[in-house]
Amino acid sequence: MAIPTKTKKIINKTGNKSASNFRTKTNSVFTSKKGLNEEVIRDLSRQKSEPEWMLDFRLKAYEVFLEKHMPNWGADLSGIDFDNIHYYVRPQDKTKRKWEDVPAEIKNTFDKLGVPQAEQKFLSGSGAQFESEMVYHSLAKELAKKGVIFESTDDALKNHPGLFKKYFGTVVPAHDNKFSALNSAVWSGGSFIYVPKGVHIELPLQAYFRINIENMGQFERTLIIADEGSSVHYVEGCTAPTYSSDSLHSAVVEIVVKKGARVQYTTIQNWSGNVYNLVTKRASAFENAEMFWLDCNLGSKATMKYPSIILRERGAKGEIQSLAFASKGQHQDAGGKVIHLAPDTSSTIVSKSISKNGGRTTYRGLVKVIKGAKNVKTRVVCDALMLDPASRSDTYPTMDIKEKDVAIAHEATVASIGEDELFYLMSRGLSEEQAATLIVNGFASPIVRQLPMEYAVELNRLLALEMTGSVG
Amino acid sequence: MPILNIKNLHATIGNTKILNGVSLSVSSGEIHIIMGQNGSGKSTLLSVLMGSPKYTVTMGSASLDKKDILKLTPTQRAQAGLFLGFQHPQVVVGVPLGNFLRIAKNTISASKKDKTPAIAPVAFAATMREEMEKLKIDPAFISRSVNDGFSGGEKKKSEVLQMAILQPAFAFLDEIDSGLDIDALKIVSKQINEIHAKQGMGLVIVSHNPRILDFIKPDKIHIMSKGKIVAQGGSEILKKIEKNGFGSFIKKK
Repeated sequence: MAIPTKTKKIINKTGNKSASNFRTKTNSVFTSKKGLNEEVIRDLSRQKSEPEWMLDFRLKAYEVFLEKHMPNWGADLSGIDFDNIHYYVRPQDKTKRKWEDVPAEIKNTFDKLGVPQAEQKFLSGSGAQFESEMVYHSLAKELAKKGVIFESTDDALKNHPGLFKKYFGTVVPAHDNKFSALNSAVWSGGSFIYVPKGVHIELPLQAYFRINIENMGQFERTLIIADEGSSVHYVEGCTAPTYSSDSLHSAVVEIVVKKGARVQYTTIQNWSGNVYNLVTKRASAFENAEMFWLDCNLGSKATMKYPSIILRERGAKGEIQSLAFASKGQHQDAGGKVIHLAPDTSSTIVSKSISKNGGRTTYRGLVKVIKGAKNVKTRVVCDALMLDPASRSDTYPTMDIKEKDVAIAHEATVASIGEDELFYLMSRGLSEEQAATLIVNGFASPIVRQLPMEYAVELNRLLALEMTGSVG
Repeated sequence: MPILNIKNLHATIGNTKILNGVSLSVSSGEIHIIMGQNGSGKSTLLSVLMGSPKYTVTMGSASLDKKDILKLTPTQRAQAGLFLGFQHPQVVVGVPLGNFLRIAKNTISASKKDKTPAIAPVAFAATMREEMEKLKIDPAFISRSVNDGFSGGEKKKSEVLQMAILQPAFAFLDEIDSGLDIDALKIVSKQINEIHAKQGMGLVIVSHNPRILDFIKPDKIHIMSKGKIVAQGGSEILKKIEKNGFGSFIKKK
């Protein structure tokens, strides 16, 4: 298998220790004052010239947010200061369709990250979000002609109000959890994708999310609707520079996979070590539909993320594969949820986690099968690799099975890098660090090799970067 | 001509003494076979020479070209030209044999004084396929995970393959004949002889089965017992083993 010579590196410079850790000086068009209240939300909605129903939706969600308690499980979120966050930062006036029209300093940021180049090489379309707003969105012409919509969520609300209102908030309701409520109150940006019946988008669509300023809250909202018999692969990449105080990323992703459709949603996040990453991702899959979450989590201070799939109709399939890497001061609390509501549905959850230098990983998963959902097949595999005794890994698999006619498989392993393994590799001339990196890459490879080639190469490079200086 | 010189080597695992004063000198180009019963310390000797962290050297010395190797990490020993073919090679899940070996080859090359340039993936794959063919290893093993699901014989062949590719100055082969059927033993020993003839390295082979001497002709045979070399010589020793077993050497002590 040949690697394209001009492999464009989307996440090329996104390593915590590498070139994504740069800050861009920009003059935002508007920055909300720190802290959240009704006025901030009204102001945000007014600036976006939103319809009345959206303002109502936001205000109701804000009430829910105030009522809901912080989760008393999962990662330690006590460091989040809701009063010390800018909830809305608008870097420019409008989403641009031409790269040249994006303001120079923002363009510069994404140029460094390789975003527009990637679009030309191997994407059907791409978007870029800077702070709260999508600054750029474009889609291959032939796809637009076929009726594919790929816009910022804000633009879609204006341009396709009927379609938007029909699906928005139907998969992840505002009251689902405290952070989905927060997102619903202050959401801004994100991607809206509609793929018409029978249309297959061959190359991935991609969006890139960048937090640039300190104490920023990024609350993008993504909604994907794959109509009957269609297919799409969406890829998102996320980075932020390192600041002394924390930022918050709290996205909501809703996906509707209609009869016979297929959606793959791939995430490669490499947040800096001071970002709280609390994301609600859920897909609703109908008859014979297929949903595949591929979720790779590096960096962040704390991540809580459990991509979910509701298998609503007969024959639907769901798959969630995730990879988490936690280093010093980081907690990756991740996993997946599948709810089987119909017969002949099947699901697979594969979770792999690596912890080093006192990092902590948690697998948290749920498989639920309701009574009457006969002939369900489900398989859960969670593997943890700990690189040193200071690191920690926990597994919380929950199975809630109300039907007897079900095939369930569950495997879990916890391993550390053995002295024998290291000695074997070192006896071939590899340094201890090279040997450990090779073992980590090997451990991650079942997940990594499912990524598109360009991303797989990059993720291996990021893992190697994480391993630098990890030994001795 | 490089010489591997081992003098009065003592080593322990935990509080247990395994090596009790081994002395041995091997010149490059020579083949030495160390025989002895299970538990006599043969495998430990090779592991200690390669720098296994399991063992502690308590006395004695080992040098390669007058350079003390006992102070070196396993990595540095490999880069200095030592190689160990393991009795029980480790499984490395998810790492293709070809990738692993290319990284190892290039790392060793880069450590050389003359900075041997890295070999490109395509050229390397060709070299590997050539060597694999000689050992009758399925070319598909290039992309199989290192030792993952390999049979006993396949693991041993893979160790010899690695020796062929890495071209060490001194190679230690630990029970390279165990777990091999007669056909595989013929193939493996033929290759060992060929690599030795071509590369002229020093070879130290450990075995408890005299059958290996039907295929590999050593310059010297050593008999180990209780962590020491108790006898050495040429093929006449072999006759003694065949007649009286290893026991005859032990009783003498």
